[in-house]
Amino acid sequence: MKTLSHVAGLCLIATGALAETPVLTVYTYDGFNSEWGPGPQIETNFEAECGCDLQFVGAGDGAAVLSRLKLEGANTDADIVLGLDTNLTADAAATGLFAPSGVSVAYDLPIAWSDEVFVPFDWGYFAFVAGKDVAAPANFRDLAASDLKIVIQDPRSSTPGLGLLLWIKAAYGDESAQIWADLADNIVTVTPGWSEAYGLFLEGEADAVLSYTTSPAYHLIAESDDTKTAWVFDEGHYMQVEVAGKIAGTDVPDLADAFLAFIATEGFQGVIPTTNWMYPAVMPAAGLPAGFETLVQPATALLLSAEDAQAATAPAIEEWRAALSQ
Amino acid sequence: MLTCDAIRLERDGFALSADVSFQAGALTALVGPSGAGKSSFLGLVAGFDIPESGDIIWNGQPLVPIPPNQRPVATLFQDNNLFPHLTVEQNIGLGLSPRLKLTPAQRVQVQEVLDQVGLSGLQDRKPGTLSGGQQSRVALARVLLMNRPIVLLDEPFAALGPGLRAEMLDLVRTRLIAPDRVILLVTHDPQDARRAADYIAVVAEGTIGAPQPTAEVFASPSEALRAYLGQ
Amino acid sequence: MARSPVAIIAPRWPGAVVVALVLALTLGTLASVLFRAGAIGTLTSADWSAVRFTVAQAFVSAAVSVVLAVPVARALARRQFRGRSALITLLGAPFILPVIVAVLGLLAIFGRNGILNSVLKSFDLPTLFIYGFTGVVLAHVFFNLPLAIRILVQGHLSVPVERYRLTASLGGSVLRLIEVPMLKRLLPGAFLSIFLICLTSFTVALILGGGPSATTVELAIYQAVRFDFSLDRAAVLAAVQMAIGACSALLVWRFDLPQPVEGGLDRHSMRWDGQSLWARVLDGTAILLTALFLVLPLGMVIWRGVAGLGDLPDVIWPAIGRSMTVSLVATALTSCAAVAMALRGGRAVAIAMALPLVASSLVAGVGLFLLLHPVTNPAHWALPVAILMNTLMALPFATRILQPSVEAVQRDYGRLAVALGLSRWTYVRLIVLPRIRRPLGFAAGLTAALSMGDLGVIALFATEQQQTLPLLMYQLMGSYRTDAAWGAALVLLGLCLVLFIIMDRGGRIDADL
Repeated sequence: MKTLSHVAGLCLIATGALAETPVLTVYTYDGFNSEWGPGPQIETNFEAECGCDLQFVGAGDGAAVLSRLKLEGANTDADIVLGLDTNLTADAAATGLFAPSGVSVAYDLPIAWSDEVFVPFDWGYFAFVAGKDVAAPANFRDLAASDLKIVIQDPRSSTPGLGLLLWIKAAYGDESAQIWADLADNIVTVTPGWSEAYGLFLEGEADAVLSYTTSPAYHLIAESDDTKTAWVFDEGHYMQVEVAGKIAGTDVPDLADAFLAFIATEGFQGVIPTTNWMYPAVMPAAGLPAGFETLVQPATALLLSAEDAQAATAPAIEEWRAALSQ
Repeated sequence: MLTCDAIRLERDGFALSADVSFQAGALTALVGPSGAGKSSFLGLVAGFDIPESGDIIWNGQPLVPIPPNQRPVATLFQDNNLFPHLTVEQNIGLGLSPRLKLTPAQRVQVQEVLDQVGLSGLQDRKPGTLSGGQQSRVALARVLLMNRPIVLLDEPFAALGPGLRAEMLDLVRTRLIAPDRVILLVTHDPQDARRAADYIAVVAEGTIGAPQPTAEVFASPSEALRAYLGQ
Repeated sequence: MARSPVAIIAPRWPGAVVVALVLALTLGTLASVLFRAGAIGTLTSADWSAVRFTVAQAFVSAAVSVVLAVPVARALARRQFRGRSALITLLGAPFILPVIVAVLGLLAIFGRNGILNSVLKSFDLPTLFIYGFTGVVLAHVFFNLPLAIRILVQGHLSVPVERYRLTASLGGSVLRLIEVPMLKRLLPGAFLSIFLICLTSFTVALILGGGPSATTVELAIYQAVRFDFSLDRAAVLAAVQMAIGACSALLVWRFDLPQPVEGGLDRHSMRWDGQSLWARVLDGTAILLTALFLVLPLGMVIWRGVAGLGDLPDVIWPAIGRSMTVSLVATALTSCAAVAMALRGGRAVAIAMALPLVASSLVAGVGLFLLLHPVTNPAHWALPVAILMNTLMALPFATRILQPSVEAVQRDYGRLAVALGLSRWTYVRLIVLPRIRRPLGFAAGLTAALSMGDLGVIALFATEQQQTLPLLMYQLMGSYRTDAAWGAALVLLGLCLVLFIIMDRGGRIDADL
């Protein structure tokens, strides 16, 4: 009976709170606010200090979030968009829907961060993930010359797929068309998104899958499985930096600013490593969870600027398509 | 008296004409080869088809402008007279209340016609559990109950054996014939016509012949009838 | 003045309303996307190669399906064996399976690491590589071979037994006198049905296509919306897809389009042909191979799924609840709409029945989003939209299943109903609905199962609170939880089959036919 009244009381508080408190709407990709993603914990942590209701709205992946934002235009309900990466930010900024963040923090990123609109919240290196028993190639040329089978994602529908495209572009420039042509016979299939590719890899359909250097940490920490590793390529690894931005037309600007500032704090960053399986943009006080120290560290970080990435994308996709359509 | 006044119907190259009258208080058989227009003619009377010209007059009232369900007509079709998913009582009751909401008085009426056709006690059965003869009786019971002044019988017992068919025709005669009712029976069996009909109208090549007393017709058959009988 | 015969009395306006809704949801949404784009897009060379690939794979998939179906259908029609009716029931399963589940099952058999290649490898035989054109066709055959088989088995069984007796007594060839004429009548329609279904394929090409050369039009639309945000190109691609479908549909009208077959296939004809040893071996092989081809992938889903059941998160329960709600409401709506369409009949209904088959569900979703957004927050409408889109997509199948029965009722009892003076609605309630119970149950079962699967459009509307089972499955896959994803796939498969069986059986209990 005591529990019951307790619950009833909570409900009353909750409904009362719903009616009074301001709502902060955050558009993000599906995985972010799934039960096992960072969303729920971050929501709890932020709501504990903001006196607000934080609502995540999931819409596919990063590219889909941007599409949805474009569909809605200035009418959007979003106050914050979270989960774009640097390959999409130039496009996103060009919509004119975003306002400068006003946040400046010392980030623990391998590169200097100077974007005034978007705030990074986590990052990782793209890498091919494989079983440890597979002989690792040293670079893309090695991979192309081998009999190894890989599964990759489509750059037109997936952020890792686009990452790979720009990775090869950043590393090989004008030679990238040839690299793709040489890789063609190593590619088992091109999937629309990360999930399908990773699923196929786990089913044994390929020796390696395009993912992140941090992926083996999931298997190690969550499944106590240390058989997976990421290949280190000597031409360097392209980075993915995931960012959040504030919608200029938000009706709760103070709350949006508070959230952007919150991103760099412990309550957000501490959640990231073992929920999003990426590196936090600001190192939590406790450091990285045990297991992350086993991850490979690329010697060189590659990343095109947002503008360069935007300019390179269309021609690179055409090059990719032509090379793989042979 | 049911009068067809210069009726003409054309459908897909087939033409039907009728300019005849049918006596009330008697059963008239329409006899002729298949394709001659017997069933098409019943369709006109029932209102399923509208003639290009002419009219059908019942006791001075033109029928053509009247929709089928408001005509003073009850029809017994060749088949599909009963809905297999409804009980005997429901199938008959449709003749009284198209919405199937029977009052206690109406249910008594249904019982009475069931008694008349010799099916007492079968009201809760479904048609699938009845014999062919019993199914015909149920259909006939509904026609009885509808109590319409024009009754059209479109080879309703064709699927029954000769004995059962004769029995049903006798039942039709005893129960249906009434002083102010016209009954038209389509049949291709001359024996049926001879047994049940007071008058016979020969139908040939799209023309409905004038009804004549049965005995006369068989005593001196017309050319059309002889052709049909194979004489 | 030529006056027409008195028409049968079923109400016609509900059918007109449904037709109008279908037009709004297909052409209307396309128009709203075009309007928003503000321009007619020009297609790139990649788009045109997608068009070519789409037509080519649909053509080959349909051809392979019907050709393979011929020997299998004959074998099933003339053999009696233990498990025959179970096999015929299983023939319905691939069609109602969520595509992603079936693709996983297929990969477990035919994939690079699948059972088939393991066996081949152990004998040092060359292995099968299914990604690319082969994989797309293989998957489409998996989905549609059962449909073709069912149509043809029905064809065999609908030949009156007297004709087999006559042929036997004349010592004539069953093949020439009975089978070839029957096949000539049924094959074009079966081919075109499957061609249309494969034309809008999306998920299969996504996963098994192997690369950008295996892009279907629907996939190109997806990429145009998702990546380039070129609504103009998406709209034009959707229009091209519709045009291809329309051209095929025009051809369809010239043939008898066979109806999806419901029930009644557990009979078999007593036949006198096929007694030779050769014929027995041929039939046995055809049946065995088909059974393996269709059952093994399902078996793999079950095998892997059972292992993953323990890993399923608690949110599986609300997801099941939501998916069931979507499925059941969509089933109720589809049943009403399909009855209304079937009662109306005519050319408008024929067009409205073909449109959802060839419309791009993605463009329809975007269009609906654009229409809703100025008025309300589309996120609040995720489930209603899911219900609406599932209804739209299931409607062509449901209507086609019901139409012959509705027409038979009209033909057999229409005049009697007129003569008895039944009102329009009484006629539908008392006569039509009870008479079409069996096909209605079958159509409802099919709709319920199809609506358990998910359409890509939902992602556009979905929020955290509105996750359906297939979406949950994707999310599990998308967060390294492959075992749990297999578990969710099994739950999905189970729910689809259970819903289908309950409704199909429900239609048959106590149906007086």
